[in-house]
Amino acid sequence: MDRTVLLIEDEPNIIEAIGFILSRDGWRVATHSNGVDAVGAIETRKPDLVILDVMLPGRSGFDILRDLRAGAGTADLPVLMLTARGQAQDREMAAALGASRFMAKPFSNAEVLEAANALVRP
Amino acid sequence: MVSLNLLIAVCLGYVAVLFLVAFGAERAALRGRAAWLRSPLVYTLSLSIYCTAWTFYGAVGYAARSGMEYLTIYIGPSLVMVGWFWAVRKLVRIGRSQNITSVADLISSRYGKSTLLAVLVTLLAVVGTTPYIALQLQSVTLSVASFSQADATARPLPDQNSTAFWVAAGLAFFTVLFGTRNLDANERHHGVVMAIAVEAVVKLFALLAVGVFVVWGIGGGIGETLARIDASPLGEWHVVPDRWLALSALSAAAFLCLPRMFQVMVVENEEEGHLRTAAWAFPLYLMLMSLFVVPIAVMGLDVLPAGANPDLFVLSLPLAEGRSNLALFSFIGGFSSATSMVIVASIALSTMVSNHIVMPIWLSRQAGGAMVSGDVRYVVILARRLSIIGVLALGYLYYRISGGGAALAAIGLISFSGVAQFLPALLGGLFWRGANRIGALAGLIVGGLIWLWCLFLPSFGPDMILSSGTMTEGPFGLGWLRPYALFGIVGLDSLVHGVFWSLLLNTVVFVMASLATFPTPMERLQGAQFVNIFDHSAATRGWSGGMAQSEDLMIMAQRILGATEAQALFRQAARAQGLQGYLPEPTSDFLQMLERELSGSVGAATAHAMIGQITGGANVSVEDLLAVADETAQIMEHSSQLEAKSDELARTARQLRAANEKLTALSVQKDAFLSQISHELRTPMTSIRAFSEILRDTDTLDAAEKTKYADIIHGEAVRLTRLLDDLLDLSVLENGQVRMNIAPGRLRPILDHAIAASGVDRGRLTIQTGGALETEIATDRDRLAQVFINLIANAQKYCDARTPVLTIAAREMEGLLIVDFTDNGTGVAADAQDMIFEKFSRIGHQQAGGAGLGLAICREIMVRLGGSITYLPGQQGAAFRLTLPLRDAMAAQ
Repeated sequence: MDRTVLLIEDEPNIIEAIGFILSRDGWRVATHSNGVDAVGAIETRKPDLVILDVMLPGRSGFDILRDLRAGAGTADLPVLMLTARGQAQDREMAAALGASRFMAKPFSNAEVLEAANALVRP
Repeated sequence: MVSLNLLIAVCLGYVAVLFLVAFGAERAALRGRAAWLRSPLVYTLSLSIYCTAWTFYGAVGYAARSGMEYLTIYIGPSLVMVGWFWAVRKLVRIGRSQNITSVADLISSRYGKSTLLAVLVTLLAVVGTTPYIALQLQSVTLSVASFSQADATARPLPDQNSTAFWVAAGLAFFTVLFGTRNLDANERHHGVVMAIAVEAVVKLFALLAVGVFVVWGIGGGIGETLARIDASPLGEWHVVPDRWLALSALSAAAFLCLPRMFQVMVVENEEEGHLRTAAWAFPLYLMLMSLFVVPIAVMGLDVLPAGANPDLFVLSLPLAEGRSNLALFSFIGGFSSATSMVIVASIALSTMVSNHIVMPIWLSRQAGGAMVSGDVRYVVILARRLSIIGVLALGYLYYRISGGGAALAAIGLISFSGVAQFLPALLGGLFWRGANRIGALAGLIVGGLIWLWCLFLPSFGPDMILSSGTMTEGPFGLGWLRPYALFGIVGLDSLVHGVFWSLLLNTVVFVMASLATFPTPMERLQGAQFVNIFDHSAATRGWSGGMAQSEDLMIMAQRILGATEAQALFRQAARAQGLQGYLPEPTSDFLQMLERELSGSVGAATAHAMIGQITGGANVSVEDLLAVADETAQIMEHSSQLEAKSDELARTARQLRAANEKLTALSVQKDAFLSQISHELRTPMTSIRAFSEILRDTDTLDAAEKTKYADIIHGEAVRLTRLLDDLLDLSVLENGQVRMNIAPGRLRPILDHAIAASGVDRGRLTIQTGGALETEIATDRDRLAQVFINLIANAQKYCDARTPVLTIAAREMEGLLIVDFTDNGTGVAADAQDMIFEKFSRIGHQQAGGAGLGLAICREIMVRLGGSITYLPGQQGAAFRLTLPLRDAMAAQ
């Protein structure tokens, strides 16, 4: 059974890059590009892993994460947070809200693969 | 037949009922359930002590002797209540706000809290009221006697004097019991007032009952009674104008000045509003009281044997007809009239005597002033009780000396004219600020002496005090001093004569002396307080404080007010000053308040003297007052300065707050920008890094993929460059390092270039241009175009209308070229309008590319070009106004 990942990110080029990397590694990659209905998309698709950008149009990635951790079915869902801001406070906030992993942009492709595989064993 | 014993039993029973009423009312008042005690009806009924035994018995006698003239006694007060309502209201207001305890206290307070004046008024009041009290004793005695005459079986009364004595003693007992229960006159005598109200009802119904009996029982109906009245000499309506005028004026004056009236009207007044009811209800009461006077008088003259005392017709008519129960009721009515008057009058007089004569003397005999050992309260109450007994003893003595000979009404009028001497000083004090102490003293002395000479002393009868020789020849043969013909004016009625001269000279001397002398500062202050009572009901300022020891004041106040009350008062004052415990600072305000409280117990002048003894200043000097006034002026100036300062501070604070808000917002924005710029830099870099790694590490890419990924890397690199360019551009603009290439040109080509460069033709936005597009300006055309492009790009990005339209309109105005860029979107929210020109601000959130530098750059450019860019609120959509100077263009040409 293929592992599924839902990539929530609004920059088309980054979507394309991560999609390329993970699908080559055997992941089934789905994408979602805005924050407003991201929680609904996760609940519908029930992915094995969520890669979540912080700065999303409509709703912050942190808010989405908070909802996920509060939701019954998604409380233990592995979430890899991505942020382009990289300050310490973002990292702390992500940790406090229960992100499984935090990664600052720009990242190396190997890092993303390693993180995804660490969160969801093949 | 009513036996004498039954009569005495009924009297005692009636008094017992009054006791119960008074006692019950006191208890109810103590428990705070005295709402019904404070009704305007009770107040009105208590005013009816104006109607004494003189009215009850004497009015009929008066009518029998002098016809309709008795009406004047009712007309005066009715006119006062109706026509002088405002003056009565003023009197009541002053009495309440100044804690006035008596008419002497009022006059003394008004004229600088003068003790001398208070003593004079008190003496005059005692002298004037004593005959009146004697009159009441006489009426009770006579009425008892008329019963004993009718009662053939009873042994004749051994001595009428003993009746008078026991009545006086009984009244003294009752008055002491209920009149001196509480010390502070302003705590009011609920019990007494209630008892008086009951007595008022009793006497009214008694008189009405006799009247009804006379008209329908003896007279045989209204018609026949009227016929009898017409037949009698009483039916002739002959008015003596001077007597009518004098008597009406006299009774009106007495209504205001009588100590007992002052007591019920001002001191016992619970609420100023009660006056409104009394203003119509009291005249109505008087009218009912006078309704049957003439029928009774006429019937008495007709039915009773000649020589019967007309003053007792009210009683002797039912007795002669064998209606002993009615006679008994009538007797109780007369008894009520007499007792209520005596009770209130002796309370009022005892307050005056103890406050203005006994206490000052006692205080001055105490070396340590008010700080003596012992409880002053007991002294005051004892003084009151002794005064009550003394007043009644005086009344009894007068009765014994005068022998009860004079007709009732005559004594009443003489009493009236005595207290009427207060009128000039009273009214002058209420309405004329120029009135002063010297004037009041002089007027009272002159008026009082004339009254004594022309009215009081002759009232004892010829050869009792004044010899008949003096009456006819004048003292020492001085004809112009004859008591009934002063200054040789003869032919006047003796009463009119006396009232005329005493009041006239009283008033003239009062006015002249007031005009000729200067009031003391204290009088000026009090005068302003009294005359302008409705403007400001604040108390006078008088004490400068500081010297007084709060503890001494506390000791004194405890003795006068009682420990609990004084402690409560001091604690409250201390709390008002923000202090803990029981000792407030002896500030002027506090001393003022304390003096007012004390004056409720011992009168204004005494309270003033007591505090004066403790504070060290026995009297307030001009210097004190000037100091107070000076201080007040300084405080006022200081406070207005403070006010100005605090306004200024508030303004500064507001500005600071605004600045702070802006700084905070800027700081937030800066943080946000750092995040933003980080995001803006990292996002393209992420793509560049990811795809360069893909290109490097992936061997299986086909040519198309390679090209695509290389294109992405290129595009993101361009985006990074543009961001860096913008930052650099802004930085040099801000630092003033950029040089503007000013050259003349027209507006239109620059605008056209900008529109073309914006790529509008490929998007949805429509642009409409108009106005003074051909204007010549001297500017940096590239930079201006950059601003135009930015504004157009903003409209492209942010205008949210269905068919977005950007209107660009130019016009010249006051040496400026104005170019407005207005779109049809929703515009910029009011709270964001301040921020949009700041660096790195972006309305909304990361919606449309760009790092939020565009408008900041525009602003810098416009400033460099000598113009401005502003947001124009209140348009249909987002509107930006550019201004450029035109003069430079002219200069450049």
